[in-house]
Amino acid sequence: MSDKTNAVKQRNERYNKYVNTVTPKTSMTKALLHSFLIGGLTCIIGQAIGDILAYSVPSLSKDMVANITSMILVTVAILFTGLGFYDVIARQGGAGSFLPITGFANAMASASMEFKTEGLIFGTSAKLFTIVGPVIVNGIVWSTLAGLINLWILGMY
Amino acid sequence: MFSFKHTKPESMSKDNVSVVPPPTNFSSRKRVMRFYNTPRIIGRMSVVGEKESKGPLGKYFAKCETDDKMGEKTFERAEIRMFDTAVRGAVRDSGLDIKDVDLLISGDLLNQMTTSSYAARDIGVPHIGVYGACSTMTESLLVAASFVDSGYFSNVLCATCSHFATAERQFRFPLEYGCQRPPYAQWTVTGAAASIVSTNNADTERFPKIVMAIPGMITDFGTNDLNNMGAAMAPAAMDTMCTLFTQTGFCESDFDLVVTGDLGKLGSDILRDLMRERGMKLGQNYIDCGNMIYDVKQKCYQGGSGCACSATIFNSFILDKLVKGEYKRVAYLATGALMSTQSCYQGETIPCISHAVVVESPFGGECE
Amino acid sequence: MSNVWSMIGTYAIVFAVGGALCALAEILIVRTKLTPARILVIFLIAGIALEGVGLYDSIFKACQAGISVPIVGFGASLAKGAIEAARTYGFLGAFAGGLIRTAFGVGAAIVMSYIVTLTFSPKTK
Repeated sequence: MSDKTNAVKQRNERYNKYVNTVTPKTSMTKALLHSFLIGGLTCIIGQAIGDILAYSVPSLSKDMVANITSMILVTVAILFTGLGFYDVIARQGGAGSFLPITGFANAMASASMEFKTEGLIFGTSAKLFTIVGPVIVNGIVWSTLAGLINLWILGMY
Repeated sequence: MFSFKHTKPESMSKDNVSVVPPPTNFSSRKRVMRFYNTPRIIGRMSVVGEKESKGPLGKYFAKCETDDKMGEKTFERAEIRMFDTAVRGAVRDSGLDIKDVDLLISGDLLNQMTTSSYAARDIGVPHIGVYGACSTMTESLLVAASFVDSGYFSNVLCATCSHFATAERQFRFPLEYGCQRPPYAQWTVTGAAASIVSTNNADTERFPKIVMAIPGMITDFGTNDLNNMGAAMAPAAMDTMCTLFTQTGFCESDFDLVVTGDLGKLGSDILRDLMRERGMKLGQNYIDCGNMIYDVKQKCYQGGSGCACSATIFNSFILDKLVKGEYKRVAYLATGALMSTQSCYQGETIPCISHAVVVESPFGGECE
Repeated sequence: MSNVWSMIGTYAIVFAVGGALCALAEILIVRTKLTPARILVIFLIAGIALEGVGLYDSIFKACQAGISVPIVGFGASLAKGAIEAARTYGFLGAFAGGLIRTAFGVGAAIVMSYIVTLTFSPKTK
């Protein structure tokens, strides 16, 4: 029995190795260039929105400027998703379009639109976090931990 | 004759990586079903979406739906509608009435096979659901042929369908989610196809006949990449194909066409390699439906996949040629990957299957 | 005039840093079998860690939106909120602070998604 499972394991290993050699790979330079350009561009847009806000409404605090900037970025990304061209950009941009906060918004909006057919309660509302769930959950868990550790270290001194 | 452009992978296995023959026992078990009463395929219908109709085989498909929702509210309803069109079209094509159909054997990709059951509700024919993922068409033909051959039923409908949008939602991500597909991914075909298998008699003897079938064996070579279906399914196709060439008495050159389901370009290249390892060289008469259905320009990576991929091509292009007698004998091996998203997240590898049916033209003897 | 030049300099840094982070994520996608969701979580936790050890502020001064627009910035502001609230309200604050600080963006995303869902439907392309 163990002889047979061993043979199967060996066969599978060799097959997977072989598959790896014949599977076409993403062209690295092109993918990197695209994600660099699109990611960089998104950051520049974010910076510009922040600068314009700070310049035109000088009374805003720094935190508020950051908040409004992210709200605008998120809104624009969600509108793009609704109109159906965010995923067209993302097919080129790769990581450049899912790493910025706009990708977070796209993941949320796309899931909520997709499951609209199951109704607004069990579809949209329940499935809204199917893709961004990991980000929110991990964000809250680890930031809470960061806060607690920080407090604990401060308490020691 | 239709000619196929092949990129000939003479020696794909670089770096001297060779594929070991699997330790499966081919010889002892009898796996071929022979249908001595030769059930006939008397009607066929294929419905495809817009993208498929623009592919190289576009002109062969019976009907093209330009709207991907077909005027329905949801993609699931659209799929049911497409299925219904295919079934009724096949019945019309055979000259029968829906009342003459004894049984509907069908399946699709969605959970609990909702599409085919919901469509069968409106069609009003006894229904048997079969699930073989993308191999559903051969699976239903196999079951139908054995029912007809043994005389339980005289007219049996086989049908299947798949839809890009519903398959994406079930197996991958929401449609509007911006994600990149790896270059080895495949594109689910939007389409539906149906054929009618009938008893052989004076009226039906001018139609192509199903002469034998091989039920597939679950084959798993330990791949677990959800996007690389071609590599996962190629061993299953190899297993059935080896049985086909060793147990039926036909060798590879006896077939005008050996068709695999939806291995795609990469998968069919791997299959060629695997077969060469076993001493059987696949020539120009081997084609893959996934490789054929889209044009390179349509940017579908390795080609098409899904139940409808091979089913629509079989029920249009291949059966057309068989009816005309341009092909004498065709082996049709659809392949299916039998995983779910849960099993993949749990780290399971992908079990695959490939059933085969051998279809012969009614003009077999005379034309040769 | 020097103002304009410093602005161009800032934008160049923003572009370079933002682009480099995304390119790094792309390398992870192509070279390893990590899914986008895992990569997002990795970068998010990196942001939280940077803020937790107090490095984020100095990086942000230099890179501005280059670091705050990618998900790293989201992680950092979660951590910053949690730490600040923990200092003000005691340890209970750590549970609420992150959410309070990022509520503007997340709230906008949820409400806008809902509105967009009511207006548009997904399309195949």
